[in-house]
Amino acid sequence: MKNEQAKKYGMVIDLDKCTGCGACMVACMAENNVPFKKDETNKLDSITWMRVFQLTNGKSFPETDVCYIPRPCMHCEGEHGHSPCVSVCPATATDYSQQTGIVSQIYTRCFGCRYCMAACPYHARYFNWWDPVWPNGMEKYLNPNVSPRMRGVVEKCSFCFHRYQRAMEKAFLEGRRELEEEEYQTACTQACPAGAIVFGDLNNEKHKIHQIVNPDPAHRGRPKNPKAFRLLERLGTNPKVYYLSSREWVRRAGDNYLPHEGSGKGH
Amino acid sequence: MKMDRRSFLSFVIGGAAGTTLSPLPWKLTDDLAIWSQNWPWTPVPEKGEVSYANTTCMLCPGGCGITVRKVGDRAVKIEGTKGHPVNNGGICILGLSGLQLLYGPTRVPSPLRRTGERGENRWQKVSWDEALAWVAEKLADLRGKRLSHTVACISGTDGGTVPRLMERFLTAFGSPNFIRTPSMRDSYEMTLHLMQGAQASIGFDIENADFIVSFGSGILEGWGSPVRMFRANSVWKENGVKVVQIEPRLSNTAAKSDKWLPIHPGTEGALALGLAHVILKESLYRKDFVGTHTSGFDRWSKEVVEEWTPEQVETVTGIDKSTIVDLAKSFANAKKPLAICGRGKGNTAGGIGEFMAVHSLNALMGNINRKGGVWAVPGSDHIHWPEVEMDAVASAGMQQTRIDGAGTDKFMHARHLLHRVPEMISAGDPSLVQALFVLDANPYYTLSDKALLKKAWAKIPFILSFSSFMDETAQNADLILPNHMYLERYEDVPYAEGFNKPFIGLAKPVVSPQFDTLHTGDAILRLAKALGDPVEKAFPWEDYEGCLDDTFGDQWEELQEIGYRVESDFEPGSRNTAFETASRKFEFIPEESKDAAKNVMVKAEGEEPAYPLVLIPYDSPRLASGFIGDPPFMIKTVPDTVLKENDLLVEVHPKTAQSLGISEGKPAVLKTPKGEARVRVHLFEGIMPGLVAMPTGLGHQAYDGYLAGKGINFNDLIGPVEDEVSGLDAAWGIRAKLSRV
Repeated sequence: MKNEQAKKYGMVIDLDKCTGCGACMVACMAENNVPFKKDETNKLDSITWMRVFQLTNGKSFPETDVCYIPRPCMHCEGEHGHSPCVSVCPATATDYSQQTGIVSQIYTRCFGCRYCMAACPYHARYFNWWDPVWPNGMEKYLNPNVSPRMRGVVEKCSFCFHRYQRAMEKAFLEGRRELEEEEYQTACTQACPAGAIVFGDLNNEKHKIHQIVNPDPAHRGRPKNPKAFRLLERLGTNPKVYYLSSREWVRRAGDNYLPHEGSGKGH
Repeated sequence: MKMDRRSFLSFVIGGAAGTTLSPLPWKLTDDLAIWSQNWPWTPVPEKGEVSYANTTCMLCPGGCGITVRKVGDRAVKIEGTKGHPVNNGGICILGLSGLQLLYGPTRVPSPLRRTGERGENRWQKVSWDEALAWVAEKLADLRGKRLSHTVACISGTDGGTVPRLMERFLTAFGSPNFIRTPSMRDSYEMTLHLMQGAQASIGFDIENADFIVSFGSGILEGWGSPVRMFRANSVWKENGVKVVQIEPRLSNTAAKSDKWLPIHPGTEGALALGLAHVILKESLYRKDFVGTHTSGFDRWSKEVVEEWTPEQVETVTGIDKSTIVDLAKSFANAKKPLAICGRGKGNTAGGIGEFMAVHSLNALMGNINRKGGVWAVPGSDHIHWPEVEMDAVASAGMQQTRIDGAGTDKFMHARHLLHRVPEMISAGDPSLVQALFVLDANPYYTLSDKALLKKAWAKIPFILSFSSFMDETAQNADLILPNHMYLERYEDVPYAEGFNKPFIGLAKPVVSPQFDTLHTGDAILRLAKALGDPVEKAFPWEDYEGCLDDTFGDQWEELQEIGYRVESDFEPGSRNTAFETASRKFEFIPEESKDAAKNVMVKAEGEEPAYPLVLIPYDSPRLASGFIGDPPFMIKTVPDTVLKENDLLVEVHPKTAQSLGISEGKPAVLKTPKGEARVRVHLFEGIMPGLVAMPTGLGHQAYDGYLAGKGINFNDLIGPVEDEVSGLDAAWGIRAKLSRV
């Protein structure tokens, strides 16, 4: 693949636009054959590759404010692809692709030690404590592009990697080596009724995400856009999911700043 | 060989070391992992040819275009249709979950006849011929006894061909009792009728408005056409359009708005008039419009100026008078301000005084039928069927008073008053309804005052549900004639809620029927045939598709191909012709509802001190609260601060909770004049002290194990409060008592 420039797929989510409706969560579940149980109120074992959390500014009525924050897998690059989960996997079941920047999860290699879950600072990984069970007849809607997982393995958001594969196959058939921006979009991006999610190649200056985030290569992709931030920036995980917010308290909450600290970015 | 302690230990330790160093345990672990991953019960989805089919979503009145991805003959994913005039590629959480309804265990697999007691859920499968013959026999019997008017139908929609066929069936049969389920549509239709003389739907040119004041409308909870509203909200953010949200609780909409103004619930109409007061006082209204196109302005403005001063409004609403003045000024100084109302998703009717007060604000700004304003959108006119020829029985039946009293002297302008029906049935002996049909509605769940409803229900001798799903109403019916679900059938969707252009969407079958179901359109035609003339001759069509073809005529093929019809260049009537009131002007005080202005606030049921708190419902985009229940995907997204195991959490301000001695997550008993429930408490700073907020859409008893038994149904705790002027159900909450257990 010499003629291919390495891609770095990433996502930017506009928290000013995100309404907390949860469509991204369901779009993801439907696309990726995510199982469900009768009781999903124990959120520790509720598998949601994409989950919308709620932040609050901690102020009392009526100054209180909330903000919704969707959390997919951050696809951390760390330093040279040493993302927290990849570094600890003893089974090479999860890997950082230098070609796409996507952190993969190979279910058949995973033997369920859950080191990666412990290592992930974003709680983006979930363990299948039970075998998936679809009520009679419901297996009919399962997507053949994503294999249903079995008990005992870890799963997480793949940036809908199967959509990348599908798009690449189509491109190859048509004699192309490069994808157009809209040819590869994740299910959540496509579904978001508020248009709050933008997905694309951070390395490609023509892609919207590059223009919005303006990543700084000298500082491991830290956004130059003052409205943009990444979750737990200070850990150095170098995530590829960015957030936009015009509210300072939201940006500060994104990096868990203590009250006496500055926001660390000079804005 | 002699086995001493030394050689035994050597053997054990050596053996352990050797096994560890050998590949055996690792190989075994690996094999075990692989074996456990190849259990045959993990499904392997079948591959097949990929195709896409477009249709229209029918899970709410939003009218969104959806594209279904298919693999072979299986539908595997629902996506929004790009370029669709209503939702342009976007889709909501319920629309995305549609396939769980299609393939799920909640479907009614064939016609079912009750064998046990009502609600016991014991059924016997019957054939379609048998089932329809049974219904026809019952109907013929009633007609023979001149009781045709005791047949009633509760329908979730009107205007489309299926509800119109049902209405036509009732007309030819001899019953005026076609009753639509309540929603803000009722109040907005009446507002347009009274103030503008228009028979029209309300449309909002929201994308072009530049300052929005929302009196509790859940713009981001599912109000109007949900995806369109989400998209508009993003456009507003990009263009710096200000949104002011007025409601007692920090909802999703309030959280996303530029300003959230907590207000005492039920006083929104007073605030609207308070704003009008400032606008009038400061002379900020659009004189060109008000001067030439309105009537009754002097009297109305005098009343508003005298009675609704900011000081008084502050006392009533709890909103600071300087805030009221500032808001009124910003609103009036915006180029294209827009005021909207209809609480939450708009699933309740609401008080007409409040709607008219808000509409008057729009009139003051002259933004009626104007870019960025409120438009009267004429109802779809695609149905031109020949008039029904009624025989003597039908005419006599049609002349009977409607059971809900709509259209009588007392409720002259109301078209549908479903909340009155249980009371009327309970009072009558024998029951005023001898046979009840239910179409695209779930009244057994959505109607309030459950004790009265159950009493009335027990008095109806025959209940027929056309539901595709085993919902509460179907479960408590005598016969279920399951319709194809929306992904399996043709049906026209005659409007998109709140859309400002005449629109018709077409639902088309994307998969073949999965069960032994029948299109309700066909069921009606077959029933008519079974009854014979004169009912039969009102239906000159072979089947429902023939009826659609005939209805749309030469547009049918185009409609099938494109999937919708929209008048994109529609302009609301010019102001000289738009108002069809007697004065040909906008009426600030319509003669027929002189008292509406005095009635801008409706009191909640219950009295202090027995009920010191006020219980209000709140809608969430993640909880479907209409006639469809949450599919498993959606219920999974509900936060654990709303639902924990099967317990529902009500939201209470920490101070209120403290005064009651209740802490986070603790159980409590919630009591209202209409019911009692065990709940848990979630402390939330985003709610006014003194209130209890409860999510709608939970507490289902029917459907499947993924939904049934979770939480409490808000409708079990509240009863209707009739608006004195309109007759509509104006209840927005109820007084309540919360006590620790």
